[in-house]
Amino acid sequence: MGLARAWSVALVGVEGRLVEIEADVGGGLPGFHLVGLPDAALNESRDRVRAAIVNSERDWPNERIVLALSPADLRKAGSGFDVALACCLLAAGGTVEQNALDGTVLLGELALDGRLRPVRGVLPSLLAARRAGMRRAVVPEAALDEASLVSGIEVFGAGALDDVLAFLCEGRALARPGPVAAPPEPDPPDLADVVGQDDARHALEVAAAGGHHLLLVGPPGTGKTMLAQRLVGLLPRLDAAEALALAAVRSVAGRLPPSGAVSTLPPMIAPHHSSSMAALIGGGSGTAKPGAVSLAHRGVLFMDEAPEFGPKLLDALRTPLEDGQVRLARADGTACYPARFQLVLAANPCPCAPAHDRDCVCPSLARRRYLGRLSGPLLDRVDLRARMVPVTGLSGAVGEAEATAVVRARVLAARAAAARRWAGRWRTNAEVPGPVLRTAFALPRAVVRPIDAGLAAGDLTARGADRALRVAWTLSDLAGRDRPDREHVETALFFRDRGA
Amino acid sequence: MAAKDVLGRRGEDLAAHHLQQQGLVILSRNWRCREGELDLVATDGSKLVVVCEVKTRSAARFGSPAEAVTRVKAQRIRRVTQVWLATHQVRWVQLRFDVVGVVAEPGHPVEITHYRGAF
Repeated sequence: MGLARAWSVALVGVEGRLVEIEADVGGGLPGFHLVGLPDAALNESRDRVRAAIVNSERDWPNERIVLALSPADLRKAGSGFDVALACCLLAAGGTVEQNALDGTVLLGELALDGRLRPVRGVLPSLLAARRAGMRRAVVPEAALDEASLVSGIEVFGAGALDDVLAFLCEGRALARPGPVAAPPEPDPPDLADVVGQDDARHALEVAAAGGHHLLLVGPPGTGKTMLAQRLVGLLPRLDAAEALALAAVRSVAGRLPPSGAVSTLPPMIAPHHSSSMAALIGGGSGTAKPGAVSLAHRGVLFMDEAPEFGPKLLDALRTPLEDGQVRLARADGTACYPARFQLVLAANPCPCAPAHDRDCVCPSLARRRYLGRLSGPLLDRVDLRARMVPVTGLSGAVGEAEATAVVRARVLAARAAAARRWAGRWRTNAEVPGPVLRTAFALPRAVVRPIDAGLAAGDLTARGADRALRVAWTLSDLAGRDRPDREHVETALFFRDRGA
Repeated sequence: MAAKDVLGRRGEDLAAHHLQQQGLVILSRNWRCREGELDLVATDGSKLVVVCEVKTRSAARFGSPAEAVTRVKAQRIRRVTQVWLATHQVRWVQLRFDVVGVVAEPGHPVEITHYRGAF
């Protein structure tokens, strides 16, 4: 007869919530009652836990067992509570000391023979456990590498329930995470490979420096895809917090590489244009899973053949573009995933897409409709538009092209200058709200005259004017100036006006 | 009598003895009516009536005997108890439902588990 407590973690989206498990053994007919909103998989853990305990040669308490998971109003899904349930009820039965369970988070699914099976979302679970002040955690051996990414909490890997119990009762040693050797990451492709395209190349540099979204329009075979893939190489590496946030999203999506090393390379996600809404934004039954926009968090979302994406898909991007996160509401609760990505759209100028635009056979209506599929509100959020030109010569161009390393140095300097100026309130120029640019950081009248003229003539929307201002700031950062001059403003407008 | 009935009979004898050792007086054994049967009905002599279900098994391999007392069975015992009370014109007593599990494995000492107030 007894009462015991153990701890585990429930996942709500990419956020973990600490779950306290209480076991009460005794006072009634033998039976196993599990309360606290378990889902189907968790309800079945009764049978798994019983078989695993019996097959680990431990005594099953032949009494009434009540296991309660709290907070009781939070829906708990999945099989990750098995180990905690087993240890908790054995503690209530007197096999395990309660103080061995205090401050310990137990994660893992039990096989019927008592082996520990890995579960999804170990990384966010441990982050939540650390936040809640837990001292140590026991995870399945297979998830040890992933668990080792979390510092500040002692992590142990166990192969079987027997190991866990021996660890809790007798202090038998468990596997500790070894030093995770970061596998040498292949360098992203070099910018020097792109032939010609000075304008588009410049646009890419500006996009990287200011964090601006980018639209590349041009005939096929001119290197739109090549350029977009090289953007990742220009971006700064992720800092520890960002890399961990991204790894947490990957962990929930079940996409974390088995090596366990956390990658600091910004992600590059290129969904196909036939992708579903759930694949792009996130979704699925039960608690929504993260989609491409979240997997591209702090990286690049590249949408090749952008007009071929359904209009609904494209417009669904607007909220994450604005908020930097997606909130997916389901009956079970709302999952919130980070989604601060840099959008790169690539499009042909028309459906027939000949190598040289003058050979186009599309009716003018078809041309207009094609790029018209990119809706105004979406394009309003794209600061930079670059037109790709057909490649006219191969010779010479290759040698002259600047390498990624050269451009990257300029980009990082410009980003550092921007970060200094915004003093922690924003990190890149693209994030700064328009009113701030117009008041606290207003430019002299003479400098913004081209923008005023555009507004007066109706060529530019108010939002478009803000975008042009942002690009102008980035251009001045790249040039190493304190503030944009008239030339920067004109160049910024140039990037907006051309193309689509 | 079939082997299982002999076993059950022996289990009930043991359970009755067990209750008597605790100072209870057996009022009925295997009391039957149309609704079903009560294995043991006992009293402490003042106001408590104990209705006891006895479950006997020859091995614990298929789980403890008491686990075989399901919710449906518990409901039936409650119903039969009402009939028993009516028949014996007993009013206003405190009721307790117990289960006694008996494991009588050949070659081992008999194991008796008594769940007081089981349901």
